[in-house]
Amino acid sequence: MSTIALKPTSDFKPVTHPDVKAKKQAAELEEWFYTDIVKDHFFNPRNIFRTQKEIDDYQPDGIGMVGSPACGDMMKMWIKVDKATDMITECKWQTFGCGSAIASTSMLSVMLTENGGMKTDQALQLKPQDIVKRLVDLPQRKFHCSVLGDKALRAAINDHFRKSGQDQRVVVEGAKVIDKILKITDKDIEEAVLEGAVTFEDVQKKTKIGIQDKSCIPEVEQLIRFYREKFFGGDK
Amino acid sequence: MTKEIYLDHAATTHVDPRVKAVMDKYWTEEFGNPGSFNSVGLRALRALNNARATVAKIMNCIPEEIIFTGSGTESINTAIKGVYRANKAKGKHIITSTTEHHAVLESCEYLTKHEGAEVTYLPVDKYGRVSPEQLEQAIRPDTVLISIMYANNEVGTINRIAELAAVAKKHRALFHTDACQAGGVLDIDVKKLGIDLMTINGSKLYGPKGVGVLYVRRGVQIHPLIHGGGQEFRMRSGTENVPVLAGFATALELAHQEREAENKREIVLRDKLIAGILSTVPKTFLNGHPTERLPNNVNISFMDIEGEALLLMINEHGICASTGSACTSKSLDPSHVILALGLPYEASHGSIRFTLGKYTTEAGIDKVIEVLPPIVQRLRHLSPVNINMEDIFPQVLMNPKDSQDHRQSLIVEKKPQEVKTP
Repeated sequence: MSTIALKPTSDFKPVTHPDVKAKKQAAELEEWFYTDIVKDHFFNPRNIFRTQKEIDDYQPDGIGMVGSPACGDMMKMWIKVDKATDMITECKWQTFGCGSAIASTSMLSVMLTENGGMKTDQALQLKPQDIVKRLVDLPQRKFHCSVLGDKALRAAINDHFRKSGQDQRVVVEGAKVIDKILKITDKDIEEAVLEGAVTFEDVQKKTKIGIQDKSCIPEVEQLIRFYREKFFGGDK
Repeated sequence: MTKEIYLDHAATTHVDPRVKAVMDKYWTEEFGNPGSFNSVGLRALRALNNARATVAKIMNCIPEEIIFTGSGTESINTAIKGVYRANKAKGKHIITSTTEHHAVLESCEYLTKHEGAEVTYLPVDKYGRVSPEQLEQAIRPDTVLISIMYANNEVGTINRIAELAAVAKKHRALFHTDACQAGGVLDIDVKKLGIDLMTINGSKLYGPKGVGVLYVRRGVQIHPLIHGGGQEFRMRSGTENVPVLAGFATALELAHQEREAENKREIVLRDKLIAGILSTVPKTFLNGHPTERLPNNVNISFMDIEGEALLLMINEHGICASTGSACTSKSLDPSHVILALGLPYEASHGSIRFTLGKYTTEAGIDKVIEVLPPIVQRLRHLSPVNINMEDIFPQVLMNPKDSQDHRQSLIVEKKPQEVKTP
């Protein structure tokens, strides 16, 4: 008899009401309707290919692709960079994802190419919040959508650096091992926070971090605070 | 905004005006507490007794076996936790299935974490059905409760409850069925089904929200969740919500009087919608069973696009549908039901549920079939994903030919079919 382990949505630990978890759940009660700007970019996405032929004929300087259909989000980005000015002059994209993922990528493509374009160095400085700011707002649980667009852009710029012989400019997203026994990295913690983990217990449940290597717990807690601050503006 | 086409009846329905008319009187005129020893209270008690008798008649049981609660979720919690706690001496094993509602899954999970329960989650077949054979294999001497849903809220598949309940009876395990999607639609005669406990609620059958029923067969050992004044045969304390209970009973009665004609009507529309989508939108398939499904449920997977984006786009045309159950549509994880059918993750993000109701018209269905293809094409054009259907189908349906037949059987015109009740 095969049995399937199910993932419970709560951990049934005793809670003092209202606690952090309850606060997280309250976020689910927020109205899901998007701002007019998000809707505009969703219904009228900018900088997209109109036909398959346009994709086939396009000659980009860099292509970046992140995510996978299995996790529900996937983005592909094509950029053209002016050699003389080092400016991104064109940006095309495709997104598999929800409404805010599509709107975020569309907005990012506008930010990169408006006013004649953006320098690659400046583009690498872009943070997910910058996209969210331009969209006026995104529901909190949709913040990760803007993160993916940002990652696709970095991948495209790195691709351009490699193709144009500027390997020294390639920015490697270094993953640092935090849990030395299970080899869990800061990227894993980042992922867990983006998926909604708030407390150390949440992150441990998702990653198994700190179960064997207890020495890393203070660092993990610090990283959780860092990533929550980075993506959600911290716990107010 | 264009006129809304509401196709989310599995989440909730409007209250039938006839039901509202019955309820109206009990808010202001007949406001009594059925427990009061005076004439006002007595009239409220009569209303409560009438409501209970009406429900009991439809379920073919005695009124004392009907417990009114605050929701389907509360009924389910009472059934699972109550039976487990009262039967600990016999055993600690519970059997349920992977496609149950969260009310069942979370109750079982809670008992596992805190009260030492051991729970077996039965897998389902590619349509979402639990097999009596697998159930029998899973039963242990210490199995105290089996809880299997009558009809699935997401994909609409109907389980053969009578067969499953017979297996439970043979092994002397109590059987509960979550019939929240079946009330008012399928036969809920508890004797014919041969069950010990059953949950239904009001918000799916044109009745008010905030009311559930738990049928508990006489003789079943069970503990209440809520203690107090001893209302509902000591099973659910708290002053009875008379207006809502009276409305619920009326709604259930009306639904059962009208279900045969309404089911026939909805099945025609349902099959038109399924055939319409599958034949006009490429790379789509039906989730759940083609015929053994709720008359109002259509659940289709659209490859290469994400469900929420599609939902948002069709909503702009006034079409209100859902990505899965209303409870999980806001979370990012794919539906546990769709995954339990054996769909790979890649194919589980683009399923849309359309659930029809009394006011659904053929014109509404035609509108959906008309607006969907260009919207899907547009979203696919924005998407970098291009899933090969051949890679997906062997996992969904055992062989590709099977899938062809499956699709064909839905595309060809067919006569309306009576809902199969176990």
